[in-house]
Amino acid sequence: MISIIIIFTASLFFLGIVNKTRSLVSGRKGPGIFQPVKDILRLFGKGSVYSSTSSYIFRIAPSIYFASVVIAIFMVPHGNVPGIISFNGDFIMFAYLLGLGKFLMIVAALDTGSSFEGMGASREALFSMLIEPAFFILMGSFALFTGYTSFYSIFNTLHFGNHISYLIGGLSTFVLLLIAMTETSRMPVDDPKTHLELTMIHEVMILDNSGIDLAMIMYATLLKMVMYGSLITNFFIGGLPLFMSIPMFFMIQGSLAICIGLIESFMARFRMNHNPQYILMLTSVSLLVFFVVLLILTKFN
Amino acid sequence: MHKSLLIEVFNLLAIILIGTVPFLSIRQLAKASIILITLQILIAFSMVILIFSKGTLTFQYPGSIITGILTFKADYLSAWFIGLISFTFLTGTFWGLKYLEKYQQYVSKLKIHVIAYVLVYTSLIDLCLIQNTLLFLVAWEIMAVGSFLVIIFEWEKKDTLKAGINFLIQSHIGIILLTLAFIWVKIKTGSFDFSAITTYTSIHPALGTALFLLFFTGFAIKAGFVPFHTWLPLAHPAAPAHISGIMSGVIIKIGIFGILRMITLIETQYTMAGYFVLGLSVITGIYGVMLAIIQHNLKRLLAYHSIENIGIIGIGIGAGCLGMGMGNSTLLLLGFSGALLHTLNHSLFKSLLFFTSGNIYQATHTMNIESLGGMIKKLPHTAALFLMASLAICGLPPFNGFVSEFLIYKGLFSELKASQFMFTLSMLFSFFGLVLIGGLAMICFTKAFGVVFLGNTRGSVYIKTVECPMNTIPLYAIALVMLAIGIFPFLFIHPLVQTIDLFVKGNLSIAGDTIHNNLECILPAGLTSLGLIITVLTILLLRKMLTTNKPIKEYETWGCGFPGNIPKAQYTASSFIHTYSKLAEPVLLVKKEKKVARVLYPSEIKQTTHPFDKLEFLFIDKPLSWYRWVINQFTFLQNGNLQYYIFYGLIFILMILIFPLLVSKLTAFMNFFNQL
Repeated sequence: MISIIIIFTASLFFLGIVNKTRSLVSGRKGPGIFQPVKDILRLFGKGSVYSSTSSYIFRIAPSIYFASVVIAIFMVPHGNVPGIISFNGDFIMFAYLLGLGKFLMIVAALDTGSSFEGMGASREALFSMLIEPAFFILMGSFALFTGYTSFYSIFNTLHFGNHISYLIGGLSTFVLLLIAMTETSRMPVDDPKTHLELTMIHEVMILDNSGIDLAMIMYATLLKMVMYGSLITNFFIGGLPLFMSIPMFFMIQGSLAICIGLIESFMARFRMNHNPQYILMLTSVSLLVFFVVLLILTKFN
Repeated sequence: MHKSLLIEVFNLLAIILIGTVPFLSIRQLAKASIILITLQILIAFSMVILIFSKGTLTFQYPGSIITGILTFKADYLSAWFIGLISFTFLTGTFWGLKYLEKYQQYVSKLKIHVIAYVLVYTSLIDLCLIQNTLLFLVAWEIMAVGSFLVIIFEWEKKDTLKAGINFLIQSHIGIILLTLAFIWVKIKTGSFDFSAITTYTSIHPALGTALFLLFFTGFAIKAGFVPFHTWLPLAHPAAPAHISGIMSGVIIKIGIFGILRMITLIETQYTMAGYFVLGLSVITGIYGVMLAIIQHNLKRLLAYHSIENIGIIGIGIGAGCLGMGMGNSTLLLLGFSGALLHTLNHSLFKSLLFFTSGNIYQATHTMNIESLGGMIKKLPHTAALFLMASLAICGLPPFNGFVSEFLIYKGLFSELKASQFMFTLSMLFSFFGLVLIGGLAMICFTKAFGVVFLGNTRGSVYIKTVECPMNTIPLYAIALVMLAIGIFPFLFIHPLVQTIDLFVKGNLSIAGDTIHNNLECILPAGLTSLGLIITVLTILLLRKMLTTNKPIKEYETWGCGFPGNIPKAQYTASSFIHTYSKLAEPVLLVKKEKKVARVLYPSEIKQTTHPFDKLEFLFIDKPLSWYRWVINQFTFLQNGNLQYYIFYGLIFILMILIFPLLVSKLTAFMNFFNQL
């Protein structure tokens, strides 16, 4: 329960911090940190324009996408406190729930019959296929390391005993952060701020969405980012009591936001045909994590 | 003798139907076949319920001198498969009746079709029960020939006949392998009974693995494991849609049944076999889906997907075998239960996909994805059903595909922490493959659903019929069962555990604890799916409430300032997978014919692509062409002169006479040398 409340709280300012960082680095004052959420709230109050080509798929997809992210957040634990939904193998369901949302968003993009949205849909489908193994191998290494298969038990039994296991924590933070940035279509795979439709992935898929649907998609993407952030937090808070772990949660979320802002300020977006290589690189890093775990288990135990 | 009553009545009904078909008019034919087949299916269902509540049924017939005693055994494994076969046949029969209404004028064709259909169904159910090798082969042959007849329903088309004959030849190669394996056992033990396999292999466990691999190859041809899959993508598009659904749903599953049955019979060390099945299955799964993506023919695409799903089932079987070999009860339980459940699930969603593709075919008379589009407005029910089946086949919650993949994943993840390096690596390899299959399936089905049903029509396709909601009732029944399995998977725990008990051998046992810890987790998974549905409905309701007073406008799709012909500028299936096919080019082979503009002024440009199967090329076409080359070297013998043929006869007779003489001389010569 606690994790849902703090994830929703953190989602209020997470994207604001990212944007603020980018503004400050580029020498502007930038909007306040609550601006993205205000934008979303404004969209909730607006009417919609639908393409005459689209069908009911286009209208229900954003809601299902939002619901899938919400249910996925229900599974995220916070330190000692398990998520509302917690069972053996829940991380498999977690990934597949997000997959359901993605499937419907891709299909909804094709529903408009637009060439640009088809382009975005095609890229999203390919990149999400390539990114999936990285997440599963990462979770597989944790399952191997701890012998458990649920988020809660895995994070609860993670003990970084020796120096090499810190390496696992570091590497997995790296992998999970980059997975999060790819999944939420940030740099360097996708540039949400570009104004050329040809170069976008996620943003171009939602060109035709408006009003409450657009609001739900934007908020779901934002929630996804914070959700991955809270998974990363779980690597570090372990069994700390709540009065220490909650401030730590917000600190880590804040620093992740600043981190994303800095990466986006200093990195250019990759050329589209370099993206698959970059994403496969993530898979190989997570394989590295897997083998490090194997090494620890056989050598140091 | 009353134990055998059900199966006797079942077979009798088939004989009655086959006997009366030639004398019926077309109206009576429809009525008689639907009534008798439904009766058969009801008997089959009551058999399933009987077995799961009362336990294994065994009965014997005296048989003849040649066959020995004919044993029939209906255990839990048989019941599981009888259940899933019968359900697909139930929906397939009712839907197929509507589908075949368009062919009313071809009376004799329909009569043969009904006869073959009943033969296939009856032989499939009997195959699940027969415990005698000779009878098994006879039933298997009836099933193969019956399938051939139902596939070539439209035999006047050249492609259909070619695909049918290809199927017939390949399934007979499978039969030869099975016959060899059965003869091996018969020669060694002198008995045609299935129990002889157990007796023989428990004496020679080392040979058991070889015997298992022989059986596996024979059944793999039926099931469609790579590289024995080449008949599948040809036969499925050729058959009428209800047959494609049944073939992909259950006929190829009898191959899986055979493999599982042999695992229950053969006593051997399963570690090697497990690694082999696991490796082959991962390759099958990935290869199947990789080729499915590039197909332009919807039914061919679905056929390649069957290969992929056979791969997933195989991963479950392989994991289960490894569990047997390693004495690891968790892996055994999860692997086999995942495989069994996925067999059921695949029979549901794949038959649904083929049936809906039949609706599209009847509306548009094409299966070419590139010329379809916007079908959701013409066929709303078909679109909704296809979407549900697509979500299920991608293994996405809240549908049934997720549950079985979840069980297999769970098995692979739980047993990562093993002592053997090789074992851990193979688990890693398997779930990596499974994840990749899932991701690729998502590309494939977003493409299939998006391009066929959404957007605007791409070609000038003539759409004929408005769908009749009555026709979709059997299809909604399938969808409902799919959803039910997705949400209440725990209903299947008990039958699954009963079935898996058959695979527990030797000193291995599954503790109640293991079952509880590992299978109970699908209860919360199902509830989460239910929660997802409720959340979606709540959000949709809220959205409706929030948007009631808001202005809603309809407008053209935003073409980024491009005001021209939007339907022509749509993304096509080929462009949707363009980046993917660039990436996968080393594995796939796509023949391209390009006609590019070479002059300054606009001229006609054109590009056609023909996806084809590299493995088929390597394993079937290449060896065949070599064979033909070798044979061609001897064409000079066939010169058409009668004198020459008489001369060949003379040479043959002379050789027969000289050969023994030569041999005796040679032995004398050798003896002489030996004495020196």
